[in-house]
Amino acid sequence: MTLKTFLLGACSLLALGGIASAETLTIATVNNGDMIRMQKLTDDFTKKNPGIDLKWVTLEENVLRERVTTDIATKGGQYDVMTIGTYEVPIWAKQSWLLPLDKLGADYDVNDILPAIRGGLSADGKLYAAPFYGESSMVMYRKDLMEKAGLKMPDAPTWDFVADAARKMTDRSAGINGICLRGKAGWGENMAFLTAMSNSFGARWFDENWKPQFDQPEWKETLDFYVKLMKDAGPQGASSNGFNENLALFQQGKCGMWIDATVAASFVSDPKNSTVADKVGYALAPDKGLGKRGNWLWAWTLAIPAGTQKAEAAEKFIAWATSKDYLKLVADKEGWANVPPGTRQSLYDNPEYQKAAPFAKMTLESINAADPTKPTVKPVPYVGVQFVAIPEFQGLGTTVGQLFSAALAGQTSVDDALKQAQDAATATMTEGGYIQ
Amino acid sequence: MARSVSTRRTAVVTLVAWAVALLIFFPILYTIITSFKSEQEAIQGFDLIPSFTLESYRDVQSQYDYFTPFMNSVILSLGSTILALIVAVPAAWSMAFAPSRRTKDILMWMLSTKMMPAVAVLFPIYMLFRDLGLLDSRIGLTIMLMLINLPIVVWMLYTYFREIPGEILEAARMDGASLWGEIVYVLTPMAVPGIASTMLLNIILAWNEAFWTIRLTTTNAAPLTAFIASFSSPQGLFWAKLSAASTLAIAPILIMGWFSQKQLVRGLTFGAVK
Repeated sequence: MTLKTFLLGACSLLALGGIASAETLTIATVNNGDMIRMQKLTDDFTKKNPGIDLKWVTLEENVLRERVTTDIATKGGQYDVMTIGTYEVPIWAKQSWLLPLDKLGADYDVNDILPAIRGGLSADGKLYAAPFYGESSMVMYRKDLMEKAGLKMPDAPTWDFVADAARKMTDRSAGINGICLRGKAGWGENMAFLTAMSNSFGARWFDENWKPQFDQPEWKETLDFYVKLMKDAGPQGASSNGFNENLALFQQGKCGMWIDATVAASFVSDPKNSTVADKVGYALAPDKGLGKRGNWLWAWTLAIPAGTQKAEAAEKFIAWATSKDYLKLVADKEGWANVPPGTRQSLYDNPEYQKAAPFAKMTLESINAADPTKPTVKPVPYVGVQFVAIPEFQGLGTTVGQLFSAALAGQTSVDDALKQAQDAATATMTEGGYIQ
Repeated sequence: MARSVSTRRTAVVTLVAWAVALLIFFPILYTIITSFKSEQEAIQGFDLIPSFTLESYRDVQSQYDYFTPFMNSVILSLGSTILALIVAVPAAWSMAFAPSRRTKDILMWMLSTKMMPAVAVLFPIYMLFRDLGLLDSRIGLTIMLMLINLPIVVWMLYTYFREIPGEILEAARMDGASLWGEIVYVLTPMAVPGIASTMLLNIILAWNEAFWTIRLTTTNAAPLTAFIASFSSPQGLFWAKLSAASTLAIAPILIMGWFSQKQLVRGLTFGAVK
């Protein structure tokens, strides 16, 4: 009896010891195909790192952003690894909310990470987040409709060509719109597109002294061009279309062109979901001959919040998830076409990947054409291509987005929208102490 | 003549009632229909006949475990409801049968706490939870849900109790019933329909609460609302999968509501017609 009790006690002690020695990492992430795939492949990580367990919290982008911001700002310590975008990294690094990633291992090869992306994730020469997946934007177009209009899409089109083609491709009686662009208000919705577009028109959000620039002719030209083009060749109710709405329109064959995230290429070319899968061509985002193209740069990255108790294990996980070996692992299990794109040069040098992903070249060129540290024609004091990496931008960007969306819907004029945007930006920047 | 008019009127009223009910229920119905479609069918526009594929359910099951969030939902909604009743029954009793000059003000004040958007207190609550170690714990969330539903529970019980004539309680007191006896043997049996419907409504409210349950949990205490949220995607159209996850999440409460609809309706209309 006593022996039995003793053995039982010993066993439970052992069990407790086992539980105590296993570290559990809580990882916050967004719901997209690449992230879900990673969750399925984590056996590989736990096998290589016994003693580390992984728990996932998957949320929609906006909820995730709010959730992790609450946690990191209050030092809640609920997460050990956070999935954040290129917008948050420079701001949070400056606040000392993130731990620098300096122990990623000898064979990690930091220099293989695409420089355009790495630049936006570093501060003072230190890397604060590792990119898991990167994207830019490009033109996706219907080859058949382009041909019907008697045109040929160049690899690097100009805005004038795109506008001309869009007007010629439009056939409203057949339900075909020449071009589908974002119109739904939001800093990550229409403003992502319009800010990137304005860069190619020579516009900028702020001058070197943080003075808002919506009263400058470049912004007027951008917005005029956009509103007129959408009026002539865009879908009805475009002011409420975001990524998903335009994706649905394009997949149903209702758009001649669509300028949006490079990740959309894999959706529109997938015969399971798209009725136009075999008719899609790709081109770089348009320019105006000023040296900047209208494409953005975004990456989902993994970072470690300063409040975590498990920094070492967290960094091990990040090193695994963003390594070359991980890309190889995905390729072995699910094929090269499913590898998370846009982070490493070595992936684009790989002939097998080039063969499996016909849009690879265009994606890489688009990413390389964007520079978050020098996003505009004229100099600016901020980092970010389709956003301005300051905490005030989420609110301000959405306010301006609502004004521009109203201009697209015809509720206000372009001039009024720009004037109100200038006033809103001036008020925000004065309040924030950037300008007097 | 009179008879035929009234038949016609009944028919019209029935038809209108059905139309309104269908209108209200339609989004849920369409969610359920969409959950039996393939992803391609789901984005192809309006269609009431799915291909009855179980593909989305399989995907949802293989992606996340359903059981843990389901159990969390059960524990949170039942726990918070029971806790709320323990506090609210005595509170409503005193307000209904022994009101003071300030009772009306207190009731208004309680209701006013529901008028502020929840997000306004997100940071204070988050920090309180952090300091008390309650983040991502079932007990913390149970208390939270209890507190946010408490004003409604007290108000509902208060209206039901007011319908009970004070004379009956007085008679019980004259017969020598103690305060406790009065509440347990006289008041409660008479207020059972009211208490039952309050309880059911509170369970439904707690089950569907999606602000705090997502923001105060990560994995251990996350209920079905967080389960649905994890299928909502900013890029890519996964409507069938999202619908399947939603159907799985609302099914238990829908079934419960179906079986208890008699009590619910009786409770909600209790005292409405005098």
